[in-house]
Amino acid sequence: MHELGLVTHVVRTIEDLSREEQLSEVASVTLEIGEVSGVIPDYLTDCWNYFRAKSELLKEAELKIEEIPAVTICETCQKTYSTLEYKKICPHCGSESTYLLAGNEFNIKEIEAC
Amino acid sequence: MGKFKVIEIKQSVFADNDRRAEELRAELKEKKLFLLNLMSSPGSGKTTTLTKTIEALKDQLKIGVMEADIDSDVDARTISELGVKAIQLHTGGMCHLDADMTRQGLEGLETGDLDLAILENVGNLVCPAEFDTGAVKNVMILSVPEGDDKPLKYPLMFSICDVVLINKIDVLPYFDFDMGACKTYILKRNPNARIIPISARTGEGVQEWTKWLKHEVELWQQ
Repeated sequence: MHELGLVTHVVRTIEDLSREEQLSEVASVTLEIGEVSGVIPDYLTDCWNYFRAKSELLKEAELKIEEIPAVTICETCQKTYSTLEYKKICPHCGSESTYLLAGNEFNIKEIEAC
Repeated sequence: MGKFKVIEIKQSVFADNDRRAEELRAELKEKKLFLLNLMSSPGSGKTTTLTKTIEALKDQLKIGVMEADIDSDVDARTISELGVKAIQLHTGGMCHLDADMTRQGLEGLETGDLDLAILENVGNLVCPAEFDTGAVKNVMILSVPEGDDKPLKYPLMFSICDVVLINKIDVLPYFDFDMGACKTYILKRNPNARIIPISARTGEGVQEWTKWLKHEVELWQQ
């Protein structure tokens, strides 16, 4: 259900852009999705296929997904580490004062269109 | 594929909604209308808390309520029995409300002379946290039976809330709910959160909450 809502936002952004740029056909849409964004690529693709079939602009548009690794930085020792592997506690110094540097993205990177 | 050109967009999918939410907030400021976004999981006592809130404030503020639900109008009927205007927003299977849906809801509510519009968001601790509705303040309800560890499991929700109401404190003796630990977990994710333990059923703590809300509405209208 979450992915359905996200796809409607992607579709709306591309439709707005296509009106501005007078595009009539989109061949592909590339998204950047962070490892810990909570978005499941397979569900997203299913929702995309459901939506694009109903749109003249997007019916041939292939969805491409690029995954961005999750990286956390430690405020105490300033080192970075893999979020998935070590979660919130810094493996270098044991500090809990850490925050996510990358991995929460959900971006539209680019489209191919004419 | 020669006829297609690559167009770089590099835009967060949430950015578009964030912009629409900012626009809505600016309009609300102009109209002196305070929009409260109320979030929680299903069964946390949202509608009961809302009922107590309206009973306490309806003689001082003109209040309208938007109930977001995937289906049914049970909650809107309960609220409208209190004599305030309530409408039901059906999200059609969507797990959250965004700024545009909120705007449509406000139009349906005909907010002309209202001081306070309350949006009862879809019962869910994940998706509503990611979409700015355009509300002036975000409030969530965590109820005792859900457990004191929820701030650890749903950090984003707790990090965006101005107030966390810990509801159903009348049943604390029957649950292994550590109030001190829960507050620590919340403040770790969000040092600015105001935490108010309440029981919507007995009315305990409700006054502190409604006092906060009335004060915030007055600040917004200045």
